[in-house]
Formats: sequence, C-alpha cells, structure tokens
Amino acid sequence: MNKPTVLEVRNLTRRFGGLVAVNNISFDVHEHEVVGLIGPNGSGKTTTMNLISGALPPSSGEIWLGDTCISRLPARRIARSGVARTFQLVRMLPSLSILENVKAGAVFGHQQLWGSELDHHARRLLERVGVMHDPDAPTSSLTYIDQKRVELARALASNPRVLLLDEWLAGLNPTELQQGIELIADLRDEGRTILLVEHVMDAIRSLCDRCVVMSSGSKISEGGTEDVLSDAAVIEAYLGKDDE
Amino acid sequence: MKQQELIRLVLVALVFGLLALLPLIPANDRLMALAVPIAMYAVLATSWSLFSGPTHYISLATAAFYGVGAYTLANGLEVFSYPLLLLMAALLGGGLAALVGMTTLRLSGVYFVIFTLGLAELIRQLVTWYQNNFTGSRGSYVFTDITEAQIYWQLLGLLALVFLLGWLINRSRLGFAIRIIGNDELVARHSGINTARTKVLLFILSGAFAAVVGAVMAPRFVYVEPSMAFSPQLSFMVVVMALLGGVHRLWGPLLGVVPFAIVWELIAANFPGQTVLFMGLAFLVVVYFIPQGVAGVLEQQLHKIRQRRGG
Amino acid sequence: MVILLTGLFLGGIYALIAMGLSLQYGVARIMNLASGEMLVAGAFAGFWVYTAFSVSPYVALFFVVPLAFAFNWLIYNWLLLPLVRRAKNRGQLEVDSILATFGMSFVLVGVMLMAFGGSYFSYSWLARPIELLGSNYSQNRVLAFAVAAVICGGLYLLINRTRLGLSIRAVAVDPRAAGLVAIDVKKVAALTFALGGAVAAAGGTLLSTFLTFDASIGVVFTIKALVIVIMGGVGDIRGAIVAALALGLAETLVATLLDPGLTLAAAYLLFILILLFRPQGLFGRSAL
Repeated sequence: MNKPTVLEVRNLTRRFGGLVAVNNISFDVHEHEVVGLIGPNGSGKTTTMNLISGALPPSSGEIWLGDTCISRLPARRIARSGVARTFQLVRMLPSLSILENVKAGAVFGHQQLWGSELDHHARRLLERVGVMHDPDAPTSSLTYIDQKRVELARALASNPRVLLLDEWLAGLNPTELQQGIELIADLRDEGRTILLVEHVMDAIRSLCDRCVVMSSGSKISEGGTEDVLSDAAVIEAYLGKDDE
Repeated sequence: MKQQELIRLVLVALVFGLLALLPLIPANDRLMALAVPIAMYAVLATSWSLFSGPTHYISLATAAFYGVGAYTLANGLEVFSYPLLLLMAALLGGGLAALVGMTTLRLSGVYFVIFTLGLAELIRQLVTWYQNNFTGSRGSYVFTDITEAQIYWQLLGLLALVFLLGWLINRSRLGFAIRIIGNDELVARHSGINTARTKVLLFILSGAFAAVVGAVMAPRFVYVEPSMAFSPQLSFMVVVMALLGGVHRLWGPLLGVVPFAIVWELIAANFPGQTVLFMGLAFLVVVYFIPQGVAGVLEQQLHKIRQRRGG
Repeated sequence: MVILLTGLFLGGIYALIAMGLSLQYGVARIMNLASGEMLVAGAFAGFWVYTAFSVSPYVALFFVVPLAFAFNWLIYNWLLLPLVRRAKNRGQLEVDSILATFGMSFVLVGVMLMAFGGSYFSYSWLARPIELLGSNYSQNRVLAFAVAAVICGGLYLLINRTRLGLSIRAVAVDPRAAGLVAIDVKKVAALTFALGGAVAAAGGTLLSTFLTFDASIGVVFTIKALVIVIMGGVGDIRGAIVAALALGLAETLVATLLDPGLTLAAAYLLFILILLFRPQGLFGRSAL
C-alpha cells in the first residue's frame, strides 16, 4: 500500500462511567479506499464514528486527519477540516427544502460556497445521488431512500476528505439496497475515501477494500475483506464459539 | 424575481412613509397614545423573533434589556448627548445578552427560559439595592424636550431598521446557519457551523434592539424607577404578540402586535383587573389553536385558494 | 447558628415545592411553570380555613391535597396530554408545555385576583417563640419544616419502596421501555403530575402560616423551585433536597447580612455557578 494515509486512529479509547465502549483501537484509512468498520451489535462501531466526527470527545488516544490532530477539536472544526458524516437514523432538516438540505453541507464546512455557485453545486449533487424530486419541495415528501440520498448529498456537499457512513444501507428493501450499493460503488470509483459501518454482508463484500472488525469495544481483526470475513476470531465474534 | 423584490421594497417604503405621517393628524392625542405602544411592541416583537423564531428558544429577557436601556438614558442624560446614549444602550443591552447567551445558550431550552424568566427581576433587585444603599433615591427624573411624535418616529425608524436587518440576515449565511440550528443542532455542528456563536450573535442583536427601545421610551415615563423599567409583564407581552402573529416570517409578529395591543388597551381601560387573565387566555389560544400564528393561518388559506384556482 | 437553622427551616419547605416540580418534569416531562400558582392556591386555602373557622390552617391540608391532586390530574389529561400527543420531538413538547403552563399560570393568577383582589395576605398563627439550641424561633416555622420533612420522607418512601414508585421511576428513565414492560405510561405520568401539583399546594399551605403572600407571588416560587431542580439535577430527589437547603441557607444569609430585597439575586448567583460549572446538577454524572 503506497497510497497516503488520510485518517489515522491511534489507541482510541472511550469510557462511559465504568463501561469501556471503545478500547484502544488503532487503524488507518488510505486515500481512495473504502474501509468497512464491522462487528456485532454493541461492539462500539457507532461510538468510534462519533469519536472521529467529534460528536463525542475521546477519553484517550489520537485521531489524525492528514497532518492535523482532530481528536481534541469540536465537531464543527472537524467538519471544516474535511470529515463529513451521515447518521444511523437519517436526520433531515424538516423546515428546509430538499435543495437547502443539501446546501447546508456546502456553506460552513470543508468547502464553503454561496450564491449561484452553491445553487449549481447542490443541484448537481442531488442529480448525482439520484433524487429526481422537485428540489424546492419539503423533505417530508421524500421516500426513505430518497431522504438517505439527500443526507448523503449533504455530506458530499462539503467535498470531504473522509466520508463517514453510519449504516447508510440499513432499512432499505432489496431493490433499494442494490441501488444504494451501486451508488456507494460509484463514489468509490470517483476516488472518494470512505469509512463505513455496515451490517449488510453483500455490501461489505462488494464495496470494502479492507475491513476493521470490532467486538466488545476492541479491534479483533483487520485486513482485506475476504481474509477478514473468513478469520476464525471474526466468525466467533459474530456467531459465538462452537463448543464441540 | 428581482423586479418582484423591488416592487415589494417600494411598497414597504410607502407603508412606512404613510405611517410616518400619522403624528401630523391634528388633535391626535388618543391616536398617538395607541400608536406609540404599537410601534414599540412592533420593534420588540420583530427583533425578538429574529432570534427566538428560528431557534425556538423562548426568551423572557426583553424586560431586562428594555430596563437597562431606560436606565442608561435616565442616568446619562446630564452627561452624554442623546444619540450617544442610544448607542450606549445598544452596547449595554447587547453586552448583557452576550453574557446571558454565553452562560445559557450552550444548554437546553429549558435552562434558557428559566434564566431569562428571572433576569429582569434579578436586575431590578440589584438596581433597587444599589439605589437604596448608594444613591439614596429610588428613581431618577427624565426631563427632555422630546415629544410623543418624535418618540413615535424614532420607533418607526427602529422598526424599519429591524426589517432591513432581518431581511439581510435571512439572505445571509448567518440566517441560513440559524435556520439549520433551529432544525437540528447536531447536524448544524457536523456541517461546520459554530452553533454557540451563531445563537449568541442573534441574541445580542435582539437584546440591543430591546435596550434601544427602552432608551427611546424613557422620556415618556418622566420618572424612571426599577419596578416600572424592569416590569416582567413586558417580556410576556412581547412573547405572546410575536407568537400570535407567527415567528416564521419577518412580517409575522406585526400581525400579532396590532390586534393584541388594541385589545389590550381596551381591556386595560375597561377592566383593569382582568389583563392578567386575558394574557393567560391569549397564551392558551396561541398554543392550542394557532401554533403557527396568524401568519401561518393566512398562508394556509392563501395556499388553499391558489390550489382551488389552479386545480 | 440562627442563620443556619432559619435557613434550614426555609430550605425544608423549598425542598417540598421543588420535589413537586421535579416529579412533574422528570416523569411527566412537563416543565410546569404554573407550579407557583398551585402553591398560592394552597396558601389561600390555609388563610381561608384559619380566618373563617379559626381552626389550625393545617386542617386545610385535608382538602387541599385531594383537590389539588384532582385538579392537576384533569389539567394533565385535558390540556397537557394533547400537547404530548402532537409533539414530534422532545424539543417541541418542551416549548409547547412551557407556553401552555405560562398561560395556565396567568389564568390562575387572574382568577385568584378576581376572587381575592390584589392585596397582601397574612395571618398570625402559632407566632410564639420556641427555644432551640439557645435561640428563639417562631413555632409556625418549626412546625412547617417538620411537616415538610414528613411529606418529603413519605414521598421518598413512595417512590423507592412501592410498586407505584417503581413504575414512576421506570417512566422517568425511559417512557418507551416502560411501556414495553406493561406499565401504563399515560396513567403513571398523569398520576405523577397530579401528585406533584398536590405537593406544591401543600407546600403553599405550610408557607402561608408564616409568610405574607398575594395572588401574583407564585412566579417567585416557580423560579426558586426551578433553580433548585436544576441545581439538584433533574429527577434527583437527594440532589433536590441538598439544593433546597443550600438555597434556603443562601437566602437567609443574604437577607440577614446584606439586604432582604436581594434573596432572588442570591438564588440566581447559585444558579449561575451551577450552570457554569456543573450543568448536570450537584450530584449528576456528566452526560453521555
């Protein structure tokens, strides 16, 4: 791997009272790479995403974006340095129009546009993620997958260096899932750097170059997707131990 | 689109021009006695909704800012020139808002409401205590040659200024940021918005306006003393008027201010004991029957009419 | 020492009032800004019983508590439940309930003004001194404190030792999960709201035995109760009691040493300190 490292997580730990949700995790994400952060429920994946995006401060450890240490920065500064995210449960801005929802990502973040440039940019992105709806309509008129698309467009709008997708494919029906996977594959092909938390195995196999596997807050495996998924420890974490 | 905006601008200017002629009507004492409070509440309610409209933070601090403004004028009149005093009132009101905002606006809405609820009373107690112990007099006289008509014109000017600022803010990044914050603060932060600074900035603006209104109104009192200048009732009046009118549009609060102020004056004149009851009922009506305000109801009706015509 | 005990006596009553509010906010999720008016209504009842029948104002408790309970139960079911139902999120419910209870508070003040007028009320009952630890205190204050302590204790037992208390605590922690384990959340919320109102009214009756009041004084007590609830941490009874005693003490200190007109300022000083340094309350763990 000679690609430069974009995101570097070093000995990241987060405690909630006595509970260690994320325990001494380290991994890298290289440029133009799609990395899957996987593991059973409650293994600390979403907490890790929250730590990277600055929704939570880490208890210890460091996160580097290029040569900036972002682990002590507030969420808005992290967003400005180039980390964009979607949320596990889709979060629309209900009193804003569809177009404004996308614009929201491109005004204050890593890329800051305004005026007609912003307008064109947001419309292009809506097209890019495949929302055919009237851009001036309220978001309540959108279907679930289209809301997810709008949220993705909002995250892309800042032209982030790293895109964090937190179970972006969850809750979609089989047709929508296929479309969703294709969309993310497209983003990968255009050279985006993506870290995604996902449960859908098909998506992980077809999208991720590498995977980091977490279980009970710790990293138990890391490597190429196929290798990781056939790793005994990973299978055990997902399915439990096979006592003869 | 551009032409439409120009027409609207001309219309608004025309309305303001007409309103400015009001004091020229002869024998207008009773008219002015109604017009001045209406103009005052119009400025207060509109500037209140610049902040509280998009964020849904219910501010009850208006009376505190207003009182600070009135006191600035009453105590500085012998030393400073009038325009300078207005500027000082704006700075002090804005400064107070900054302090309150930085303390409470990073927390949830309840804390903010509670804090602002008692703020006017807190300052009133402090001022009273200070006056009792250090100055020996309970209030101060305000003697100026400012007429009722001049007060009215100043308020009208302030209203124009609020509208202009509100219009500019709505078109700016600041206005966009505050709307995103009002929708979802978490998304706002993850989009790179400095949520605390944005909220404090708009709160300062509304605080500064309320303080200037207090200063402008002070000559009307003649005698400024704490329980009048910091009357908590003022804050509630502003809240209920703004919500009654509708805070999602810049012109919304006006639709609440005019009818409410007129009914209020009627009740105060005929049933002086029942104003509190009326205020309570008004709050309940707003919450239960017209949560979007008169502006919201109007827009809905217009929408229906248009649909009927279109379809 | 005098300040300490006087402050303690006052703080005991504050604890009672704050507990009522804390129950309403912590369980029914309604920030009840009309709480002070319930208190004033309780105070009027005490006044009326004493002046009209010349019996102990504590007799009033026998009808104040059930009446306030029923009244608040009706308020919750008729006025507040529709708001809970229409709210899309917690923030909207917060704003709606703040505005609605402000409205109720004004309506109640208006009704009481109509009924009793705007003058100040007080009566003299048990205003004899009692000697405690070498100083004199008036008997009505000591008794009010004792009764407040008994009611607080009863509430504590109710919440921590009974089946109903268990469901109240469950709803406070997570209304949805409570619903899943077959707790009737609506009923528990309504009962708790009613209970909170009854506690506030009882506090008012106690207060009336030694404090001058008028129809519009309620908001002062609402503010104090709110400050206590936030200082103590929402839903934290132990915290509320400590905060109430601290507030009673601070007010008495300021009133004796500085100026009686500055008691609210004292409450606010505490409030600001808490907001700046421990926004999660005295004993609260930092939020996740």
